Amino acid sequence: MTTSQPVSVILATGARYSLPLMLLFSFFILLRGHNLPGGGFIGGLVAAAAFALFVIAYDVNAARSVLGIEPIRLIGIGLLVAIGSGLPGLLLGMPFMTGLWLEPEIPALGKLGTPLLFDVGVYLVVIGIVLTIVFSLAEDS
Amino acid sequence: MTRTDVPRSGTLPLVNWLSNGGSGWVLGLIPLSLTLWFASMLPPIIAGEVLRVSYSWIPSLDVALAFRVDGLSLVFALLVVGIGTMIVIYAGGYMAGDSQIGRFYLYLFLFMGAMLGLVLADDIMTLFVFWELTSISSYLLIGYKHAYNSSRSAALQALLVTGSGGLALLAGLILVAIAGGSTSISTLIEQGDLVRESALYMPALVLVCIGAFTKSAQFPFQFWLPGAMAAPTPVSAYLHSATMVKAGVFLLARFTPILGETPAWAITLSTFGAITMVLGAYLSVSQVDLKRILAFTTVSSLGTLVMLIGIGGEYAITAMMVFLVVHSLYKGCLFMVAGSIDHETGTRDVTLLGGLRTLMPITFGATVLAALSMSGLPPLLGFVGKELIYEATLDAHELSPILLSAASVVGKVLMIIAAGIVVVVPFTRAQRAKPEAPRVGHEPPLSMWLGPVILGALSLLFGAFPTQLIQPITNSGVAAILNEAVEVEVKLIPSGLTPYFMLSVLTIALGFVGYWFARPTLQRVGNATEGLLEQGPVNSFNAVVNGMQALARWQTRVLQSGYIRNYLRIIVSSVTLLVSYALLTRADFSRVQWLPIGATVLEWVIALAILSGAGLVVTAQKRLNALAGLGLVGYGVTLIFLFFGAPDLVMTQFSIETLSVLLFILVLYRLPVFSSVSSEAERIRDAIVAGAAGLMVTLMVLVTVSGQLERLLTPYFAQNSYPEGRGRNVVNVILVDFRGLDTMGEISVIGVAAIGIVVLLRLRLGGEKNDPETVSTGKEQL
Repeated sequence: MTTSQPVSVILATGARYSLPLMLLFSFFILLRGHNLPGGGFIGGLVAAAAFALFVIAYDVNAARSVLGIEPIRLIGIGLLVAIGSGLPGLLLGMPFMTGLWLEPEIPALGKLGTPLLFDVGVYLVVIGIVLTIVFSLAEDS
Repeated sequence: MTRTDVPRSGTLPLVNWLSNGGSGWVLGLIPLSLTLWFASMLPPIIAGEVLRVSYSWIPSLDVALAFRVDGLSLVFALLVVGIGTMIVIYAGGYMAGDSQIGRFYLYLFLFMGAMLGLVLADDIMTLFVFWELTSISSYLLIGYKHAYNSSRSAALQALLVTGSGGLALLAGLILVAIAGGSTSISTLIEQGDLVRESALYMPALVLVCIGAFTKSAQFPFQFWLPGAMAAPTPVSAYLHSATMVKAGVFLLARFTPILGETPAWAITLSTFGAITMVLGAYLSVSQVDLKRILAFTTVSSLGTLVMLIGIGGEYAITAMMVFLVVHSLYKGCLFMVAGSIDHETGTRDVTLLGGLRTLMPITFGATVLAALSMSGLPPLLGFVGKELIYEATLDAHELSPILLSAASVVGKVLMIIAAGIVVVVPFTRAQRAKPEAPRVGHEPPLSMWLGPVILGALSLLFGAFPTQLIQPITNSGVAAILNEAVEVEVKLIPSGLTPYFMLSVLTIALGFVGYWFARPTLQRVGNATEGLLEQGPVNSFNAVVNGMQALARWQTRVLQSGYIRNYLRIIVSSVTLLVSYALLTRADFSRVQWLPIGATVLEWVIALAILSGAGLVVTAQKRLNALAGLGLVGYGVTLIFLFFGAPDLVMTQFSIETLSVLLFILVLYRLPVFSSVSSEAERIRDAIVAGAAGLMVTLMVLVTVSGQLERLLTPYFAQNSYPEGRGRNVVNVILVDFRGLDTMGEISVIGVAAIGIVVLLRLRLGGEKNDPETVSTGKEQL
């Protein structure tokens, strides 16, 4: 992580260690969402907050290199994933976005199905949107 | 020879040939094979069969992708692909060397497919979709030379006229479907009485007529067709004379068994058709541009066709079918000739042309045949058509035989004069010593004279043997239009000195006299009335378009101030007014518990914290204080959610509040000095709006918790969330499953909003940073 002088050593260290934890937590929120409070929208906000914190602790370029992808592309990818989750039903002759589930539950992940895939799409779109705004604002300064 | 030279020497001649007109020969194979395919359907269709095929499209609306080949659609289909073959070959020569020729072919074949779909459609929604596709491809083709402003505005004009007609047609088709109980044309044809006896008949008739009249350039919409001559000439020959402009005629013919055979139908169609016929012919003789002469005669011919459909009955419809073929053959030919002349001499101005007979002998031969057919001289097919037209108008006893016949004679006489101008002037007038045309013409390449020659020869062949070659197919076409078998003789030799024959002779005599003696007078009168008759409709059209643009600018200026505070005020006041109205008229306030009895101490504390936060926001003199106040309100509301058991809302609200703080940190120091931009009066007004909104929300919450809510959805979602959606978190199951499509819409919208924000930020980077209004606007839109 090559970056210019961090604003505060404490903030920088905290941001560095909290980023992976927050990302894991956001993924946990995303997965549990179907049965317990959580879901793609909240998960996406948490993940975005992790990167926003990183922007403040370091700068945009550092956050960008950690993210590894243009956030505006995440919006497009997320939308494609969300639309794609509606296609399996269509291919099987059912209406668009019919929820389909894999029967045996996967340990640790739980039930997998197209609604979860849709939620992953929402998760990606939310991260993309928040970070698009945050990065543009921070770069503007 | 090196190795790299081998492929080059092998392919270069081919590439050269393709880019110099060869492409037309190759691509022409497509419509040619289609022509042969459709021709192979002739025997069963003539024998009275109807071929139908249907695919499921929108079963829930009973709309099918259905096609039907009968006498009417087969004649049109053969014209579309048959003339299409000549046009594609011709375009190869005409457009040779054009760097964009691929785009041109794309549009041309797009049109060909759309037009085929239109004439073969057996479902009114299928028909409508192809109808609109022909308008769009016509727009693209008229605007093909998009670097020229005139091309673009002509394309837009044609699109606006035919497009608005298309909207009227859509409404009319829906009314027909409601009245007739089906969208299938085959079913509707059998149930025509249902539609005619329906109360929706008159509106449907008017709307369908507007659609047909705009498309087929009937008075008062005729002005877009001469404008469409901005398109490359192959397009004018194909779309704007032989095929697309006849779509309106086709529509009226197709709908004759559904909407036709009523007095309203007959009077409307014959009146507008006759006016268009005379007006078009009259305007054609005062033109000097070859293509405009032909365009106005096309308008006239379209009027004739509409008039004949209006007259109705087997003779008029037979005349319509024959004249349809007559016109497509000679007009396609003459347009291609006009293009060749333009191509070889560099001008289409008849006053500059002369002596082309010896320079372009083959083209001249084709032109003579076409012009004779246009003038209605035997033994060309035009003569046969004209006999039938007179027979129809003289027998139109339910209308006005004298008026219609007189109008037809005037139209045909003027048509002969126009034919004379097209042939005699450019070809036979003596070549001046010094040609005024930019170039001395010479015979165009084979690809450019083959089409005109074939079309001219067909006019002669069909004219010489109409009973054998034309009658079978027109009879089956007429049978399809009238929905009953007919046997009308189509013949060259008149049976004695009939009134029709006498009118024919009179027309030809008047035509020739008129050409030699009255042409200068006609042109003078034509020029004098040009402002009213030719420019008048164009000016009205422009006035309407300009008026609409002015209206749009005015309402944008009024509604779109660009300040988010104005938008917020409008949104908040509208919501407050609408919801208050519903609350005050519907809610039962007797059960509302007005006093906060039983509130715990903790709830009082949170409420006070939120109130003080709100007070801090509106009185703050520093931005940071306002921000802290907002945060207090937000986290306070989060706590309320927490106490009342809405964990999803808590998590969302908490994340949003946190992110808002982060965002503010990023922008805070770049914002302008915190200042008040509103006057005292404005602040009082805003306070009233905000207070009313708060009052409304309070009332709404009080009414809601007083148990007046109809809880239909809550138990449904609670019960079905797990069995149907496989999830126990009802909120999430609603978001991703029950109402997943709504969520999809929302994430798409906020995605677009994010792109908009990026654009705004980038724009502001390049804009003025010192203007406080600009900067504060940017801030508010965050």
